[in-house]
Amino acid sequence: MSDHLLKKKGPGFYLRRDWQLYALLSLPLAFALLFKYGAMFGLVIAFKDYKILKGFLGSEWVGWEIFRQVFTHRSFLKSVRNTLLLNILDLIVSFPMPIVLALLLNEIRSRAFKKISQTVLYLPHFLSWIIIGSLAYQLFSVDNGIVNAVIASAGMDRFPFLQKDVPWLFSYVVIGAWQSMGWGTIIYLAAITSVSPELYEAARIDGAGRIRQMWNVTLPCIRSTIVTLLIMNLGRIMGGSFERVNSLMNYATTEFTSTIPVLVYEWGIQNSKFSRATALGLFQSLVGLILVLLADRAAKKLGEQGLI
Amino acid sequence: MARSLTYLRRKTGQILSDGIIYLFITLVSLTCVLPFIHVLAKSVSDENYVVTQQVVLWPKGLTLEAYRKIFADGSILRSFNVSVFVTVVFTLLGMVLTVCAAYPLSRRDFKGRTLFSFLFMFTLYFSGGIIPEYLLMYKLGLLDRMAVMILPLAFSAYNFLIMKTSLQSSVSESLIESAVIDGANHFTILLRVILPLVKPILATLSLFYMVGRWNTYMDALFYIKQRTDLRPLQLKLYYLIIAASEAFQSQPTDTGVRMTNPEVLKASCIMFATVPIVCIYPFLQKYFVKGVMIGAVKG
Repeated sequence: MSDHLLKKKGPGFYLRRDWQLYALLSLPLAFALLFKYGAMFGLVIAFKDYKILKGFLGSEWVGWEIFRQVFTHRSFLKSVRNTLLLNILDLIVSFPMPIVLALLLNEIRSRAFKKISQTVLYLPHFLSWIIIGSLAYQLFSVDNGIVNAVIASAGMDRFPFLQKDVPWLFSYVVIGAWQSMGWGTIIYLAAITSVSPELYEAARIDGAGRIRQMWNVTLPCIRSTIVTLLIMNLGRIMGGSFERVNSLMNYATTEFTSTIPVLVYEWGIQNSKFSRATALGLFQSLVGLILVLLADRAAKKLGEQGLI
Repeated sequence: MARSLTYLRRKTGQILSDGIIYLFITLVSLTCVLPFIHVLAKSVSDENYVVTQQVVLWPKGLTLEAYRKIFADGSILRSFNVSVFVTVVFTLLGMVLTVCAAYPLSRRDFKGRTLFSFLFMFTLYFSGGIIPEYLLMYKLGLLDRMAVMILPLAFSAYNFLIMKTSLQSSVSESLIESAVIDGANHFTILLRVILPLVKPILATLSLFYMVGRWNTYMDALFYIKQRTDLRPLQLKLYYLIIAASEAFQSQPTDTGVRMTNPEVLKASCIMFATVPIVCIYPFLQKYFVKGVMIGAVKG
């Protein structure tokens, strides 16, 4: 190809040839720029003493002052601790559940039974956290919960599943595991279907029973799926759903509920301390981003598919 | 003889482990069903039985009083309507945006493909966060407006990724090329050739948008403050649970009808918000599963 022809293919050439495509693209691009990147512009107030009347530009620069305030605030360390604590406990309980469930579902030969149980197991995934939270209180509240009614009728003391700090922590984790376990099986079940039947055949000839087959054939074959998902989850260890905590929390249990998003909400939206709340949110986003990048790097190092 | 014995032992072992597995799956499945049956039973029971906690899985003193109250109280129906309207418009807009982004960027010879893809994908991993987004809505004058539940989340990078991936894998370049040679423009190609080819994935993504919008209440909690008539159903439920009497304060009590107990009322509100999803999702499940699989390829 000659220089002349190469030159001709400048931006103008493509713009002329593909203007329809650029026109299509401009619409979502406008949405992303306005609502996603436009919001990022607001992050400057983490470095300003933001006054709503002075606006983003008019407010005074204060450097790292806001961050200093956040990091030395008595609620800060607690919110970081709670975020990590909830996510780590969640990972320990919620992560293995779908794997176990998928292994067991895979053993079921009755198609009707499998289909019905899968449909039922997926159900919690489709409900909002506020419905799940309300259900939880219907079941587990001390005075009105049916579980406690059953406990009381058996002559035992009513147990504050959701109305005391440490029990709340465990209820939160168990409810989360319950909500995600069915849906989480989809990926593992798909991975299991690609395991060659000959491997099971060989294992059976070697005298391997069911458990042995799961342990020595199925699990090694879906190892890469497990590792990838585990790393992905580790990358999100600083994240966390506002709705999940918000819908399960109550005024009697504040020890573990003040995660970073909850604190951002309280500072920013309830008390209009916008700069401070923004700085805290930015801290979380940045740590989260770094963790995701590290997780991606780790996954690729292990020879698994990366996330990005 | 010895052989048949091992066979027999293995057979019993098989049946026993089968039994355990079936039992376990049944029990776990029941934990997903029983809570709803309990709340359903409560919602159609007489308050006296509910307060004394005699209702477990079967209603006692059957009455639809609580549901009558829900329909009599305009605010819950209005919230339902808000949710339906917002969900429908949001889903349509979201799909248009997703297709408009995915089609150009799925084409290999599209100039600026890497840059634009990066711009979209970056939003998956980093965002302004709760407060900058809130202030942006304030600046745009969107607080307490219906549009605040439609516009900001309408573009989803995750759904864009799924759409782009499936376009790349299910639509061949040569098909588009031949359409271009035939003189078709890109709008025609998109509407007549591409979209009919990827109907299942369109259904899947519509469902992702729909269920996501229907269930999310965080943004409404932040942005809908004064205009209580714009509360979507989930937010309404949130306030009902926080303050159970909120919707029914103005209900006249001198009609001779006893006030329905908040417990029964709560139960019926939960069912009211749950039933739409429970009714449709078994039929749409397979589309979701498909979406999860494509999404798992990357992302």
